[in-house]
Amino acid sequence: MHENDLKLLEESFKKYYFDHFDLIHVPNRPSEREFGFQRFDSGMTRHLAIKDDKELHLMLMNNIPSDVYCSNACYSFPNLPMREKDWKEADLIFDIDAKDLKLDCRKDHTCNKCQSCGEVSVNSPNCPKCQSSKLEQKSVTCKNCIDIAKQEIKKLTGLLADDFNIERKNIQVYFSGNEGFHVYVYDSQYQKLGSRERSELADYLMFRGAIPETFGFNRYKPDRSSFSDLNEEGWRGRLSKHIFSSKSKRSKIISQILTNGYSSFQNQLDEAKNEIGVVIDPNVTMDIHRIFRLPGSLNSKSGLVKQKCDNIEEFNPFTDACFIDDSTTEVLANCPLVFNLKNKKFGPYNKEKITIPKFAAVYMICKGLATSA
Amino acid sequence: MINLGQDEMAKYPFLADSGQYLKDKGFTLEQFGTDPDLKLIVDKAYHRIEAAAEGKIYRSDIDEHAKDAMLPREVFSFLLAVVLLKLSGMQTLIRRFSLAESRRAEKFLERDLSKFSEKNKEDLAIRILEDLFSIQVKKQNNYFVISVSDYLEHSISFHEREWKLVNRRVDAGLVFLTSHETVRLVRKELGSYINSKIQNANVPTMSDSFKEPVKRLESLAKKFPTIVVSSTEYPPCIKHAIEVLEKGENLPHSGRFMLGTYLLSKGQSVEQIAPLFKNAPDYNEKVTLYQLNHLAGSSGSGTKYICPSCEKLKSQDLCFIIPECDGIINPLQFGKKKIVNA
Ligand code: SF4
Ligand SMILES: [Zn+2]
Ligand SMILES: [Zn+2]
Repeated sequence: MHENDLKLLEESFKKYYFDHFDLIHVPNRPSEREFGFQRFDSGMTRHLAIKDDKELHLMLMNNIPSDVYCSNACYSFPNLPMREKDWKEADLIFDIDAKDLKLDCRKDHTCNKCQSCGEVSVNSPNCPKCQSSKLEQKSVTCKNCIDIAKQEIKKLTGLLADDFNIERKNIQVYFSGNEGFHVYVYDSQYQKLGSRERSELADYLMFRGAIPETFGFNRYKPDRSSFSDLNEEGWRGRLSKHIFSSKSKRSKIISQILTNGYSSFQNQLDEAKNEIGVVIDPNVTMDIHRIFRLPGSLNSKSGLVKQKCDNIEEFNPFTDACFIDDSTTEVLANCPLVFNLKNKKFGPYNKEKITIPKFAAVYMICKGLATSA
Repeated sequence: MINLGQDEMAKYPFLADSGQYLKDKGFTLEQFGTDPDLKLIVDKAYHRIEAAAEGKIYRSDIDEHAKDAMLPREVFSFLLAVVLLKLSGMQTLIRRFSLAESRRAEKFLERDLSKFSEKNKEDLAIRILEDLFSIQVKKQNNYFVISVSDYLEHSISFHEREWKLVNRRVDAGLVFLTSHETVRLVRKELGSYINSKIQNANVPTMSDSFKEPVKRLESLAKKFPTIVVSSTEYPPCIKHAIEVLEKGENLPHSGRFMLGTYLLSKGQSVEQIAPLFKNAPDYNEKVTLYQLNHLAGSSGSGTKYICPSCEKLKSQDLCFIIPECDGIINPLQFGKKKIVNA
């Protein structure tokens, strides 16, 4: 990173942390958590113990980190190496990332940056300037993606409450600071579950691995009377609603399913996963030793805050998570994409020197699509 | 300790405090070793082990009329079987015996669980599940319900897809099971419970009439060789597959493929690997050798197969990831890479 960019980012991050101690706190049971941070110009420091907000704020001021992390797990000795930490339990975490939604709009807010010469391009498999194929994808946050991600969150929290009996008050949603959301579950019956058990929970929510028998299609003695119905609870009910859509069509569709056969129904289930399953990253849920971005901290991929969302429907990341100030800043921008922040539209910029509010400058520098002039 | 009636003791003899039981009945172990009249029971104990070793479930044909005399003998034969096993020290037999005895108890548990009209029977089964395996079972209509987290902890090592949570009836944090499924859930643990009971039993002194059956056990054990593999450096997926085979349980084809390709890549020969599969229920030496040679590329096509990726194994329910697996994408890398930042 260029000297000037580094200076600009560090100053902006420092100012945020200094002005917003009120937004950034240690989680519950802080002394049992592992903390970590990264600086703009150096690697990761992990296995830290931080016992309260005061220590956390001190750490922020002393280090001006680009990213701050905290474990979802509680340990007896959080600052020892992994093997000696003595894992006790961990909050359940789900990651909903817009990238995993694979929406059509994705191509409209993604560009490529050449890792050899730095040229930025859209829609080309090779760098138009030096022909290198080593391109890094850069994307900006998109409203459509966020809206669809919100629908997934609704699906997820509904399932967590209905099927897993998790109280709404123990579910907390956070905007990740970039293109997704993290859903935390505190104090549930699932706190002590290990990695493999969590992976099962993830499969359940994603509707992965369902077999025809579960919904009443027995491979060897098919019998229409055992098929699931719309009013049942859990996946039997949800799948019924999905494939029968109404009570009156059920009988006819069952006949069809029986005619098409077992493996065709299996395919139908595998496909249904994409529509009725929740799109989460299972690796995040099953990792019980990970450190996650600390709520209230800045995300160095965007300069936006990992922000708590108390009302997910109303939440607008482009205003609610943007905390860098708007003092005018001059940058050299090479950003073919359009983005919105604090209700202002920015871009596209074609290698232009422009004067824009600092939050937009920081956003583009974090994305690697501008440098400070 | 759960308080048991006479017939409950016969069904679940592993719950008995053996020393106390003998005392209550007015016997000592020495008597069994010396009294020719009691030799019959020693024989019965031997047969109980033999049946177990052959994978059969010991059937107690309890005659309703002679119940009072027969029930204690049932318990004695179990307790003596443990004594003989301890004296022989044959781990293969102990493992097989534990497995068979747990299958036997499973049957009773299931029956007791489903007889909900006889209130106290149900209670015993439910108490066994709770005291021994800390699963809280409640009855709801025709189902037995347990919490999702308990369900996951006990079902996680099952490979069949029907045990995946997504294929279960789940509502409000509970899983709904039949009596059969509830009991199936603790099969493995029941086996290890009985096994640990035997491991922790005192080794009695050898006496004359035990000598002969113990000798016979030693030669019986030779029929079931155990393969000693130092499994410390193996990744969990491989360890697990070896364990499954050693227990004589069924390993799906995908698991055999993984194990075969893994060990071949680690430089083991087909001849070294083949014995691993000996305990499998459907073992056939010829077929096994053929398949292994095929994987090794030494037959037919000449294609050498490589061990599947962690991702693939995960999708086949063969992955049992632990922190040490961090950062690897194939089991072959296990133990090679250092964990970053650790
Ligand atoms: S992560 Fe890979 S090595 Fe580890 S258990 Fe799973 S499949 Fe095996
Ligand atoms: Zn280039
Ligand atoms: Zn989009």
